[in-house]
Amino acid sequence: MKHTIEELEGIATQVRRDIVRMVHACQSGHPGGSLGCADFMTALYFEVMNHSSDFTMLGKDEDMFFLSNGHISPVFYSVLARSGYFEINELATFRKLNSRLQGHPTTHEGLPGIRVASGSLGQGMSVAIGAALSKKLNKDKAIIFSLHGDGELQEGQNWEAIMYAPFNKVDNLIASIDYNGQQIDGPTEKILSLDNLQTKFEAFGWHVINSDGNDMTAIVKALHYAKSLTGKGRPILNLMSTQMGMGVDYMVGSHKWHGTAPNDEQLASALNQLPSTLQDY
Amino acid sequence: MKKYTYTEKKDTRSGFGAGLLEAGRKNPEVVALCADLVGSLKMDAFIKEFPERFFQIGIAEANMIGIAAGLTIGGKIPFTGTFANFSTGRVYDQIRQSVAYSDKNVKICASHAGLTLGEDGATHQILEDIGLMKMLPGMTVINPCDYNQTKAATIAIAEHEGPVYLRFGRPVIPVFTDPDQKFEIGKAWMVNEGNDVTIIATGHMVWKAIEAGEKLADLGIDAEIINIHTIKPLDEEAILKSVKKTGCVVTCEEHNKFGGLGESVARLLSTELPSPQEFVAVNDSFGESGTPDQLMTKYGLDSVNIIEAVQKVLKRVKK
Repeated sequence: MKHTIEELEGIATQVRRDIVRMVHACQSGHPGGSLGCADFMTALYFEVMNHSSDFTMLGKDEDMFFLSNGHISPVFYSVLARSGYFEINELATFRKLNSRLQGHPTTHEGLPGIRVASGSLGQGMSVAIGAALSKKLNKDKAIIFSLHGDGELQEGQNWEAIMYAPFNKVDNLIASIDYNGQQIDGPTEKILSLDNLQTKFEAFGWHVINSDGNDMTAIVKALHYAKSLTGKGRPILNLMSTQMGMGVDYMVGSHKWHGTAPNDEQLASALNQLPSTLQDY
Repeated sequence: MKKYTYTEKKDTRSGFGAGLLEAGRKNPEVVALCADLVGSLKMDAFIKEFPERFFQIGIAEANMIGIAAGLTIGGKIPFTGTFANFSTGRVYDQIRQSVAYSDKNVKICASHAGLTLGEDGATHQILEDIGLMKMLPGMTVINPCDYNQTKAATIAIAEHEGPVYLRFGRPVIPVFTDPDQKFEIGKAWMVNEGNDVTIIATGHMVWKAIEAGEKLADLGIDAEIINIHTIKPLDEEAILKSVKKTGCVVTCEEHNKFGGLGESVARLLSTELPSPQEFVAVNDSFGESGTPDQLMTKYGLDSVNIIEAVQKVLKRVKK
């Protein structure tokens, strides 16, 4: 372990502080999904992935991460800054004019750590597969990680990619689903049910594991286990239960905080629940 | 006037296949992807020589574009192959976000563009693809005119950093350009110098412009013919130089008159050198089933239509 579980939990708490402060400062953005994925993203960048904050697009011999559900950019930016890809003070520019921290992640402004634009949903798994195939051609043993919203799986391109990866033995790919059961208009079960996701992925040939994405011990263990499953002929799917808005009591579990910013009072309440563990930006 | 002849007819898609093989031999980073149209795209030779560098995606074009974008991240130079319709309209958002906005070095190679796809009809005959692709910031758009030029263009785009849309077609047409040509992206090719009118043509329409030029000479009209193979970036200098001399222009393309080469030329001239212009292009309609020749005639894309357009534009020139 590079960090203790307590240290990782502390970082995740700071990441959550960053998220609510960023979204509050520009009065826009997506706090709900960002908060729900803070533990996963912290585990990935501070514990599980072999990566260098000295960023190159090619990322030779490095593990790579692709965020398909680009609207949870606040958690991505916070984790990148906190792991040294750029100055933490730049988080203050989120969604503001002339910022590299666009509303949705992009390579276009040259922000270190981003390898493809995302935001228009459903495209990330295909890109992750391409990067995984590139690693194989280059005899590069590193692993590709990706994250997808559960509602995002309603986009058809995912299922093209989900069909492709097992058939072509893309076994250096670990895709995680942010399984929070919520989307903009309400619970996924009411909008367009995903039904039994595990069965669906298994039917396509994936090795599916389940995890609790809001329990640091569990998610670190699950991701290490997922890594141990790579190179065995099948892509790995981490079906990760999370709660939207996790860490801020009035946001937990509600789709209403998918894309709404807290006001001053709500910010103060959120920050009270999330004591600073590292320096605020 | 330079005389053009040919000894054989070939399809431009075969030029792509030959160029892809050569690009693959020149650079081990070149890889190819196809969405279940290997034979139509003439990718067999590449696949035979470089099986590990070929990815059969199946009938899943969106996934193909995304995988191509991902492959560039490890330094690969991916060439995607399918029909023009499925290369552009079907996957516009994937190209926009994962390729163009993400600055990915993907070569989108599109066969069976335009009416000359023929009997399959309008579902497959895209006439809007140049417009869709040229609107994307940073996208290079190329529509070569014969086998040799398509081969040379395919090799050239492998050496160019950035996303490219390469458009070619299905029918066999005269091979009349130099087999050893050096293809320069963004550089117009002066087919024939003349003084009375500038004819600007792209793709399959270049040979028809040459035919029209010969008939116009018989009528005493000295046409300058320019091949614009690169629609974006447009060789503005070459166009302005020519129209400054001739005073009028006819643009020819196997594409809707909206959004194509003609509009790019009109945009340039309207700001720099307002001049009478006529469009030989499809008049804002879908195509239909028929042989390529029948369709080109019915939709007004023959050399006779170029001649009529020249006569019309000449009448509009202020003496």
